[in-house]
Amino acid sequence: MARYVANRLAQAIMLLVIVSAIGFAILHLAPGGPLSQYAASAQMTQEDLDRVSRQLGLDRPLPIQYLDWFSRMLGGDWGHSYRDGEAVLSVIGSHLGATFELMATATIIAVLLGSWIGVLGALRRYSLFDTLATVGAMIALSIPTFWFGLVTIYVFSVKLGWLPAGDRETVGDGSFLDLLHHLIAPAVVLALVETAMWGRFMRSSMLEVINQDYIRTARAKGIPQWRVLTRHALRNALLPMITVAGLQFPTLLGGALVAETVFTWPGMGRLFLDSIGYRDYPVVMGILMFSATMVLLGSLIADILYAVVDPRIRVG
Amino acid sequence: MSTAVLQVVHPSPGQAAWRRFRRHRLAMAGAVTILVLVLASMLGPYLLPFDDTYIDVLKRFAPPLSGAHLLGTDELGRDVLARLMMGGRVSLSIGIVAMGIAMAVGIVVGAFAGFYGGVLGAVLMRLVDAVLCFPTIFLLLALAALIEPGLVTTTVLIAATAWMGVARVVEAQVRSLRQRDFAIAAVAFGSSNLRIMFRELVPNAMAPIVVAATLNVAKAILLESYVSYLGYGIQPPAASWGNMLNNAQIYLTSAPWLAIAPGVAITLAVTSFNFLGDGLRDALDPRMNIS
Repeated sequence: MARYVANRLAQAIMLLVIVSAIGFAILHLAPGGPLSQYAASAQMTQEDLDRVSRQLGLDRPLPIQYLDWFSRMLGGDWGHSYRDGEAVLSVIGSHLGATFELMATATIIAVLLGSWIGVLGALRRYSLFDTLATVGAMIALSIPTFWFGLVTIYVFSVKLGWLPAGDRETVGDGSFLDLLHHLIAPAVVLALVETAMWGRFMRSSMLEVINQDYIRTARAKGIPQWRVLTRHALRNALLPMITVAGLQFPTLLGGALVAETVFTWPGMGRLFLDSIGYRDYPVVMGILMFSATMVLLGSLIADILYAVVDPRIRVG
Repeated sequence: MSTAVLQVVHPSPGQAAWRRFRRHRLAMAGAVTILVLVLASMLGPYLLPFDDTYIDVLKRFAPPLSGAHLLGTDELGRDVLARLMMGGRVSLSIGIVAMGIAMAVGIVVGAFAGFYGGVLGAVLMRLVDAVLCFPTIFLLLALAALIEPGLVTTTVLIAATAWMGVARVVEAQVRSLRQRDFAIAAVAFGSSNLRIMFRELVPNAMAPIVVAATLNVAKAILLESYVSYLGYGIQPPAASWGNMLNNAQIYLTSAPWLAIAPGVAITLAVTSFNFLGDGLRDALDPRMNIS
């Protein structure tokens, strides 16, 4: 087990290095590179630019610059926002809570609803429910998230007036109920794609499990059907879903960006778009690197967790 | 006296696949829908009396079915149907061209990684893993923010974020196929490595490649709609299904039809390509064709 974890950890570190190299390359693709902020100002002469360039160490060879940049990233120095000079990590940190709230809620909805749909679909394979769920999932995966958000706002905010059209709370309120009221629409919109994916994977995982010998044995022993389902089938069918959860993480993050934009949710995704609008490259790069690192960590944790619950993985 | 010869007719693999595909009703529906969308985008603009960029300030926000404007007009009085059709040209071509580029890159990377393996293979595949760490929309927007947005850049950027899946599929296929007898025979025959890769191995992996390509079109159309909706893709006055939704949110209360038509078009196109890909997967069942 220790060996598997060490192996997987080494892979993750190697990936982090490649990911950071890609990030560094993108940073230098920016018009004017890291100097763009200064180059935009008309008062800067070429001599000024050269001086700043030397001060920032941009005249050194690229590999040295990369190592410097990478070690500062590891040390938590991710640069400062062009907009207000705040440290990039603390800007990200102040928006993380809202994004996490949205993602966690959507995940809970997706896991509960998706598992239910997937399990029922597997148990009644090719029934009307199963067919509708399969077709429905395909359509759900094809609807642009932002458009589903617009339709939700139109129906539930404009026409019915049941839900607020955006923001995380009513100014001056901010009670738990108010927060919840604002959370419903963006969380459901974000959950749509996740539910569809979770349901599809759950269905195939469950189908694989219920045809196993040990399920037949359990039935033959006379264990009640629901108990076979919950204790024997579902528990085993949920194991591979750990990997699915890890794989779905990038989609969830991307979906959050879109949902936050449509619902003016003050999270990391919206911050990202705002920063792009202001050409605030340090924050843009910071969020890009941060999300990639989170995805990397997510799949690492998923793999290790899977190895913990399923011993076959560690050996094989 | 004549002898009756009992002939057993074996359908060719192509015919068998076509039969399986025809049975997949949703995939057939998808194929027909795609055909309709493509024809409407190609020919539609010639049949309409309105130009997609013609601004008629006196007819702003005409609701659908009011007078000559079937789908109404937008905030500048432009005909929504004309924009929808011209937008379809842009969105569908981006979907298909971006898929083509992504496929080419993915196939080349996958073929080299799978054929040579070793250090080269490991480096290429770790690169694939690394790019996959970036959530697609984040990567796409960060890149789009750095360069001038437009038709070509948007297409290339979408391709740049969509080639990794194909590379994985092709790598796995080529890695297993190169051990097979026909590949070894080609080596003995004196064929060059490039020839073996792209004339012997890749064609044998065509079934999963075709499926991946179809699903890739769906993904590319979806991505175009995201970047253009967020304002970093196709720029007005040119229309795309995504940028038609750009302003729709502001006018959601007063002119909801502006949000409906493009959204339905995107959903229809993406669903159709997804169902088509699903049907092709069943029809070309890779396991049946390859091993």
